[in-house]
Amino acid sequence: MAKTPWGRRLTILVPYLWLLAFFLLPFLIVLKIAVSEPAVAQPPYVPVWDSFGAAWAHVRAPDFSNFAFLFSDPLYVNSYLNSLQIAAISTVLTLLVAYPMAYGMALCTPTWRAILLTAVILPFWTSFLIRVYAWIGILKTEGLLNLVLMSLGVISEPLQVHLTPTAVYIGIVYSYLPFMVLPLYASLEKLDLSLLEAAADLGAKPWVVFLRVTLPLSLPGVAAGCFLVFIPAVGEYVIPELLGGASTQMIGRTLWTEFFQNRDWPVASAVAVLLVLVLVVPIVIFQKVAKQGGTG
Amino acid sequence: MRRGPSPGLKVLMALGFGFLYLPIVILVIYSFNESRLVTVWGGWSLKWYRELFANQGLIDAAQVSFLVAAAASTMAAVLGVLAGLTLARVPRFFGRTLFSGMILAPLVMPDVIIGLSLLLTFIALSLDRSILTIAIAHATFSMCYVAVVVQARLAGFDRSVEEAAEDLGARPATVFRRITLPLIAPGVVSGWLLSFTLSLDDLVIASFVAGPGSTTLPIKIFSSVRLGVTPEINAIATILIGLVALGTLVWSLSLKRATARAKRARQG
Repeated sequence: MAKTPWGRRLTILVPYLWLLAFFLLPFLIVLKIAVSEPAVAQPPYVPVWDSFGAAWAHVRAPDFSNFAFLFSDPLYVNSYLNSLQIAAISTVLTLLVAYPMAYGMALCTPTWRAILLTAVILPFWTSFLIRVYAWIGILKTEGLLNLVLMSLGVISEPLQVHLTPTAVYIGIVYSYLPFMVLPLYASLEKLDLSLLEAAADLGAKPWVVFLRVTLPLSLPGVAAGCFLVFIPAVGEYVIPELLGGASTQMIGRTLWTEFFQNRDWPVASAVAVLLVLVLVVPIVIFQKVAKQGGTG
Repeated sequence: MRRGPSPGLKVLMALGFGFLYLPIVILVIYSFNESRLVTVWGGWSLKWYRELFANQGLIDAAQVSFLVAAAASTMAAVLGVLAGLTLARVPRFFGRTLFSGMILAPLVMPDVIIGLSLLLTFIALSLDRSILTIAIAHATFSMCYVAVVVQARLAGFDRSVEEAAEDLGARPATVFRRITLPLIAPGVVSGWLLSFTLSLDDLVIASFVAGPGSTTLPIKIFSSVRLGVTPEINAIATILIGLVALGTLVWSLSLKRATARAKRARQG
């Protein structure tokens, strides 16, 4: 082949340079500010990126005091652990709600499949913020849930759900449900129903068929769905802020407070760097699981 | 023989879909409530819509948001098409692994990190925070969605169509305009629409990179929601939901018609 035409080179270069400038470079800057001293990087913020030489000198003599600070204060350690726990529990809950929906959809006629698929995707197109906000009106003390339960006589005093971890779980399950249903449906739809019939004909009870045939075959979808729910849920800000309030200290909120209220940029950057490191591990595990599921 | 879901499964499905739609339905109904309180039904009324259109702050924020979304989604469509073409059609070039990593990473990266890192970059580059910085930030994560959609669409098409055009002497630009672009057009439109709604929806990243005078609708909504439920927000939420539902309906109908026409053309 002749040398690469300039048009093709531009095709590669333009998005490449854009991502380098607005995705990779920002990352390096965060890393750099995370290892710089607060005095240098605190507002009014003297630019620390004066030259590449100076920047490199900083990197070579990094100051890890911001990270030491994160580990010395239980607030930060707790918010990391809290985020991981809340994200893990919500992921399992989302799976439990989504699996019957996806399985049922896969068993439907093609017309119903198309309708239900649109019904799952549609909320994804409506505002996330508004969908979280909708729950405030339902869950708050003088909200709709308490109104209904009290008029039915189920409870005599209003339940406190809004501003508790329960509200955060509801919010995450609700917001991320489509992300779990879609990959589950994609893997269940390909399921060969004759396998289920074969198992049933050989005398397996329905739940045995489910546990031994359906569930194992849908594992790639389970892995993909959990990945799509767990990773963003760990860094979630809007849901704990609006539904959890002071009751749930998740890492996204901690970073936000550190940046907007305490105005401590180096610590906020250090929180961000650690959050990425925390997320790298589940990303690698999930990718491995998905790959094994795909080939096995 | 296909039997369909069992009754028990149907109940679970109904509960799941009910859970998905009930809050939205309640929100829409209460936007027409005369009373300010959620617990009191004061009769049907358009009161909150009137108050909404009298609220200049919200109107301004909506204008900023639509401007940002239009700019960001157009940039994202161009960049995303180029990136998708590169991923689908150029098997080997320097730094390909890094490139595909940078396309996939923003899809799962928490918003707080993207927002913080971009803000620090804009400061380092001494770019003033404005509508432009929000648009750049939104274009950056949206282009990755467009790239993935375009790549998926190109993966389903035969490379030989483009090669045939090249063999017949068409220049690369002509091949792109006459062959590739029409093939990926539905993906580009979907990607543009997705970018538009993602931009219109984003609160966290915009909060970091917005400056004074570039308050977007989500930032405005968020600050009033923090103070409690206000019926005006119900009204604006209903309008947004209506727009999205309408857009999705029009787009899916036009897609259906296009597919039907293509089918007829092939048969005829």
